[in-house]
Amino acid sequence: MTVPAAPTTPASSAIAAADDTLTIYERSQPGRRAFVAPALDVPERPLDELLPARFRRTRPAQLPEVSEPELVRHYHRLSKRNFDLDTGFYPLGSCTMKHNPKLHERVAALPGNARLHPLQDERRAQGALELMWNLQEALGEIAGLPHVSLQPSAGSHGELAGVLLTRAYHEDRGEQRTKVLTPDTAHGTNPATVTMAGYEVVKVGTNADGGVDVEDLRAKADEQVACLMLTNPSTLGLFDPNIAEIAEIVHGVGATLYYDGANLNAIMGITRPGDMGFDIVHFNLHKSFTQPHGGGGPGAGPIAVSERIEPYLPRPQVVRREGAPPASDGEPVVAGYAFVLDEDRPKSIGKLRGFQGNYGVFVRSYAYIRSLGAEGLREVSEVAVLNANYLLALLKRKGVAEYLPVAYDRICMHEFVLSGAPMKRELGIRTLDLAKRLLDFGVHPPTVYFPLLVDEALLIEPTETETKETLDRFAEIVAEILREAAADPEIARNAPYSTPVRRLDEARAAKQPVIRQPL
Amino acid sequence: MTTYTSATDADRRAMLDAIGVMSIEELFADIPGALRLDRPLALPSGMAEQEVYEHLKELASRNVSAEDEISFLGAGMYDHYVPSLIDTLLSRSEFLTPYTPYQPEISQGGLQVMFEYQTAISELTGLPVSNASVYEGPSAVGAAGYLAKLTNGKPRVLASRGVHPHSRETLATLARGYGQTVEEVPLKDGATDLDALVAALSDDVSAVVLQQPSFLGTVEDVAALTAAAKKVGAIVICACDPIPLGILEPPGAQGVDIAVGEGQTLGNRLDYGGPSFGFFAAAQEHIRKMPGRIAGETVDVDGKRGYVLTLQTREQHIRREKATSNICTAQALNALAGVVYLGWLGRQGLVELGELLLRRTAYARATLCAIEGVEPLHEQPVVREFAVRIPGVDVDAVVERLAAAGINAGYRLGRTYPEYADGLLVAITERRTRAQIDRLAEALEQALAAERGGAPTEVLA
Amino acid sequence: MADASYPEGLLYHPEHDWAQIDGETATFGITWFAQDSLGEVVFFDPPDVGAQVRQGESYAEVESVKAVSDVIAPLSGEIVEVNAGLADTPEQINDDPYGGGWMVKVKLTDASEREALMDAAAYQAQLG
Repeated sequence: MTVPAAPTTPASSAIAAADDTLTIYERSQPGRRAFVAPALDVPERPLDELLPARFRRTRPAQLPEVSEPELVRHYHRLSKRNFDLDTGFYPLGSCTMKHNPKLHERVAALPGNARLHPLQDERRAQGALELMWNLQEALGEIAGLPHVSLQPSAGSHGELAGVLLTRAYHEDRGEQRTKVLTPDTAHGTNPATVTMAGYEVVKVGTNADGGVDVEDLRAKADEQVACLMLTNPSTLGLFDPNIAEIAEIVHGVGATLYYDGANLNAIMGITRPGDMGFDIVHFNLHKSFTQPHGGGGPGAGPIAVSERIEPYLPRPQVVRREGAPPASDGEPVVAGYAFVLDEDRPKSIGKLRGFQGNYGVFVRSYAYIRSLGAEGLREVSEVAVLNANYLLALLKRKGVAEYLPVAYDRICMHEFVLSGAPMKRELGIRTLDLAKRLLDFGVHPPTVYFPLLVDEALLIEPTETETKETLDRFAEIVAEILREAAADPEIARNAPYSTPVRRLDEARAAKQPVIRQPL
Repeated sequence: MTTYTSATDADRRAMLDAIGVMSIEELFADIPGALRLDRPLALPSGMAEQEVYEHLKELASRNVSAEDEISFLGAGMYDHYVPSLIDTLLSRSEFLTPYTPYQPEISQGGLQVMFEYQTAISELTGLPVSNASVYEGPSAVGAAGYLAKLTNGKPRVLASRGVHPHSRETLATLARGYGQTVEEVPLKDGATDLDALVAALSDDVSAVVLQQPSFLGTVEDVAALTAAAKKVGAIVICACDPIPLGILEPPGAQGVDIAVGEGQTLGNRLDYGGPSFGFFAAAQEHIRKMPGRIAGETVDVDGKRGYVLTLQTREQHIRREKATSNICTAQALNALAGVVYLGWLGRQGLVELGELLLRRTAYARATLCAIEGVEPLHEQPVVREFAVRIPGVDVDAVVERLAAAGINAGYRLGRTYPEYADGLLVAITERRTRAQIDRLAEALEQALAAERGGAPTEVLA
Repeated sequence: MADASYPEGLLYHPEHDWAQIDGETATFGITWFAQDSLGEVVFFDPPDVGAQVRQGESYAEVESVKAVSDVIAPLSGEIVEVNAGLADTPEQINDDPYGGGWMVKVKLTDASEREALMDAAAYQAQLG
């Protein structure tokens, strides 16, 4: 492959390039507009009469003044400066970048869903409530735990719910525990959540096989420990076979066992966190359940819990009532409704957000579960694990393995971690450089520098929706980049070459933050 | 093989061969037999796309949405018109399908959108620092409470009873975790009682939480309430409805430290409560404790302007247990809708929309309160929502009669404010024309007559 | 700062902090190895004058773009002066870690604590 020349900027391309980076504010011209207000059809009372002057805005918000064509062109062009999943392979470990089925946008846009107000009378939202209840049941079955709340809006929101539920559980038993255990391989949201919930983080070590160091756990598990937060498979992509013993130790000191569901894609229909002994599980609907990532959200983080945790679930819960409720409940007797939002939950931790949660996300995830069914979901996990092991086998070949060895040489689950430390030593390029050079080959790099336990980590998750050919090609690309680096490490060190911008100065952005346009 | 996987038998054989195992089953050998699910998941079988569509359509048909009735229901989310260009832009896969922009070189689109969004929110709120979104309104209030706690560590938070019940409850739920107590400041004549606030303030108050306009639609005297709070050094948090900020003095101009709010009305659908987005803006001094993603401008190695996620050391992936928040995935796509919507309204349009709402709301309040038996719950200035009382009748039954007539009359305040058991909260958007307001008044009058006359309520089919 | 350097005359703590003792006071900072590991420093928030520091405990944090590191006190004492200039030019910690990148000056409370520290040779040896 020839090395692309460093970009030169003759005058004409400088103008074109500059136009591409104009902000919507820089395109603004006084007097332009897109919105046309409806004609005033009520008395034109003076504003002063309706709103005392001291409450009125004096300096207008400097929003842009642009027409619809400009808005469309501006944001359309911006979209073209984004790499996305529909365009190319996106093996971002821990993120489960699987295909987003296109049916889902159609059903989410049905007016009965899209224009439904969250406070609509339950009798007139039975379709939505039934959908939510069905989704709860399905997620509960997948997790192996009976009670589900759809309220949390993201994985870390679900984690917060889980730790607050744990707190409520212990406090209800008259106990004031102070610590939560997390493995040193945990995703950053785990310890951050623990602090927000008012507990102290205590780290548990990882053994040579990549699993929890059971002896370290045993030493640290005492009656000050409220909870152990784990994911299985771990962030190393490895299933911890000691999970039953881990559960026994944790339950033995009366603590709860929390499952971070980020890695659920490996085990659906194969094993269930509830059966492993977990008390609380969160799901990332934007991972295994295909909610599009949106460039950083929206997502949803529903939780499934065991019987003993159920009383503390957030309010309201979607509940199914057979037929009309008895009059002694104090509720109005109405005909025929079956699904209600149950607010009467005296031990509930309360609310984590407004209304019921990200319903639009539920619609998509529910459509996915109904599309795949029991067999389809199991196949998802089988192929996710097959694809990951296949890609790993390709990357264990000569030419790659000596520079990017797998951190734990075992059968992996749906993802695996390579270490770029030998590559750094032998070839003089870092994991970061490899990632930047991958951009020139039209693939999104894997997750880099996570988990922290592995030096120069590269966490790769292909998912089940990729073809064998895509995996073959990715392995070839990695091999090519390494060959290139052996000949000339400068190529990767100065990559990428084909992107709109290259090696942005992040230090400057942190030292002198400019986070809005001055206007 | 499902629609979304492509591993044929031939593919599988080749892959298993390369791995060096005989079957997929061997790949799960690490899972102890006792933990293996020995039956299929108890879920229905998968369905073809058109079958799934029909099923979802049937479910949706049993919802009465704003498409099916004239809706005056607000109380935190509102039936505004979402312009078509938002549907077009949000369906672009380059916005819909990528992840958070961890590789900035290939995410300049998304990062610039965040930068433009942060600018718009900063302008709207009058505060210099905005993040790239949080989940939604009430949890944004909770996040602001956490910031106050990280900043001054004081034990008490005072929240006006005019703050949305979901926000007050979310704040209390979170505060119980990190160890603050939340006390309520009562209302007087429909607005936050300044004297009661002053009486409750002391130097162990971490934050004071207000809402503008309040849950009852009142335009609060934020400046006066803020000044009182500042005297004891408390952080002031104001939850704002963004569209009225076009005509209301913004919180940044009134000394407020943190402005948060529900972004649904900015280009997002009702969607039965989500997804939408929350905005979060603050005074400069709080920048390093802000939660969430923040995009920042910089230059690249060739001197070109570009954008990156910045101040990441606040965040969970770096700071872990000392992070300012645990937030990872936020609401980027919904914030995109927000910034496009604000560009679509534009500088003039936002003001015009606000003035239209102000006048139509005044008209609606006057018209309804001209009906015998309907009184204003308060006489405070309102901009897009107001509360009335209908004493001496069963308000639930009245609302049911109106629903049968194809009108959602609004939010029954008794659901969360027992002291206003006969109260109704009525919301106005630009979609609620004078004709529809007149129709509401007419139907309300008829419903009251029918209630007093003892006519039977129509049973909803 | 291009080349590794560990001046003689300073005492070193294994957590990559140095102390320069001058009678009853000492100046603290982080070593070349520490700044090299961090990368370009973007933020340093000094502690308050008057704060107590204890040997082996963190008294401040230093941030690069992608990392945060605790700064460990090599000796115990009371902070009498901080390098306020680092707020504007934190990169001095990289460019001149033993000079312009100094962090705090401390009035020592226990002179014998210096026995626990290493000289330049020993510190470099244990870097490995």
